[in-house]
Amino acid sequence: MEIRELTCINCPMGCLLTVETDGDEIKDISGYTCPRGRTYAEKEVTNPTRIVTSTVKVVGGKNERVACKTEHDIPKDKIFAVMEAINAAEVQAPVVIGEVLISNVAGTGVDVVATAHAI
Amino acid sequence: MKQVDIVIVGGGPAGLAAAVAAYDSGAENILILERDEQLGGILNQCIHNGFGLHTFKEELTGPEYADRFIQQVNEREIPYLLNTMVMDISPDRIVTAMNREDGMFQLEAKAVVLAMGCREKPRGALNIPGYRPAGIFSAGTAQRLVNIEGYMPGKEVVVLGSGDIGLIMARRMTLEGAKVKLVAELMPYSGGLKRNIVQCLDDFGIPLRLSHTVIDIEGKEHITAVTIAEVGADRKPIPGTEERYTCDTLLLSCGLIPENELSTAAGVELSPVTNGPVVNESLETNIPGVFACGNVLHVHDLVDYVSEEAAKAGQTAAKYARGEVTESAGKEIRMKAESGVRYTVPSTIHPDRVDDKLTVRFRVGDVYKDSYVSVYFDDERVQHKKKRIIAPGEMEQIVLTKKQLEEYPDLQTITVKIEAM
Repeated sequence: MEIRELTCINCPMGCLLTVETDGDEIKDISGYTCPRGRTYAEKEVTNPTRIVTSTVKVVGGKNERVACKTEHDIPKDKIFAVMEAINAAEVQAPVVIGEVLISNVAGTGVDVVATAHAI
Repeated sequence: MKQVDIVIVGGGPAGLAAAVAAYDSGAENILILERDEQLGGILNQCIHNGFGLHTFKEELTGPEYADRFIQQVNEREIPYLLNTMVMDISPDRIVTAMNREDGMFQLEAKAVVLAMGCREKPRGALNIPGYRPAGIFSAGTAQRLVNIEGYMPGKEVVVLGSGDIGLIMARRMTLEGAKVKLVAELMPYSGGLKRNIVQCLDDFGIPLRLSHTVIDIEGKEHITAVTIAEVGADRKPIPGTEERYTCDTLLLSCGLIPENELSTAAGVELSPVTNGPVVNESLETNIPGVFACGNVLHVHDLVDYVSEEAAKAGQTAAKYARGEVTESAGKEIRMKAESGVRYTVPSTIHPDRVDDKLTVRFRVGDVYKDSYVSVYFDDERVQHKKKRIIAPGEMEQIVLTKKQLEEYPDLQTITVKIEAM
């Protein structure tokens, strides 16, 4: 049995949520004061995901960096693997917003796309 | 002198939204003046996501949000000048600006929209004792260095202040390989959004120390360490609670101040609470034909609200430029902020100039749980809305309708206050 404490992010209340798990199974969720809190706790414990935003080095242009993001959310425990791939990448100027900079980043099945233009 | 219907000072989110809305309300001769080399303002360095949930119903990064508005400006072929610094705005709306191509030039504007944004509080405004070495940055400066220049300011970081930029930078520096030791916050609550505390600090195990501040900075050439101490209710350090942290970088995220030097020189009256112009329902300042919106008016948490507010300023500026806004024939209602409400925007209302609805934005000075936001028309309570929580870090709003205002022809003062259960 494992107990995890989370802070709900759905509103400024920031309810303190307590989740009891046994392996992959959620035994109990408490502390939430609305249904959104319960849903948040379930997702955070079973499959937490995040969108990673960073910058990719630009070569051959005026700009040093171009802003980027994972096109969709990726598993939270892959954040640093994704960052490593982003930091190893280089892209030739010019870059257009929405352009795929890295496909299937760190084996997540998600692409890293440019979120800005670079010249 | 060149004549322009509407001069918009600043090409960030407020200026862009004001320009688009002014155009869509029929204004033709608009000019945006931007001092940076590109449009978009501070959004260009805010590469994180979370923008646009209200405006576009999707989660965008800062540059993507800016790009949507830049596209709208381009589709309408609204002219803009980059690398152009506005030097002066006169009370009769002569705008003096300069750039490398045109040198110094003047524009005669029928209406001016102030959209200059805000600046961060620097170290000098915080009175932190200690040495004055290199390695101390405002969080926004560090954000620019990392995200635009591709330069890491340091490897061992302490953040003072838990404003959103500080929280965002704590995560950003961590992702880029720095060790962020802690975020210290003078107040007993964070000034940042809840989701930023969780996703920027908790996700990476960065401690947030509330009621703590930096009381000493070490390092003659470059910062080497800071001393943190707990503060009491009087916000003074408590002896015996000192802790020393070695670091090579101190980031400051201690508040934002609207940038109103131009406004002041034009004779625009400022609010001592927001440091932004005092405006009426049309977001017009005390100088006729000069409007204000976005962070120059009052500091916002969400760019979506900036866009909404700026659109309103653009629309009324367009009307003014066409000569459709005459001296208000009717009376002026005063807005009063009381019991926990620090200020309201707008400060005055001419009911005859209100469209169907009027959004009044405000901030509170403390955290209130299970309270009511109440609106009084003189002595009569007309709105009483229960809120589970109201916090200083999140802007609140109430909506007044024209119909409601017309029902009270003798109304003199509207009071917004927080009431206990």
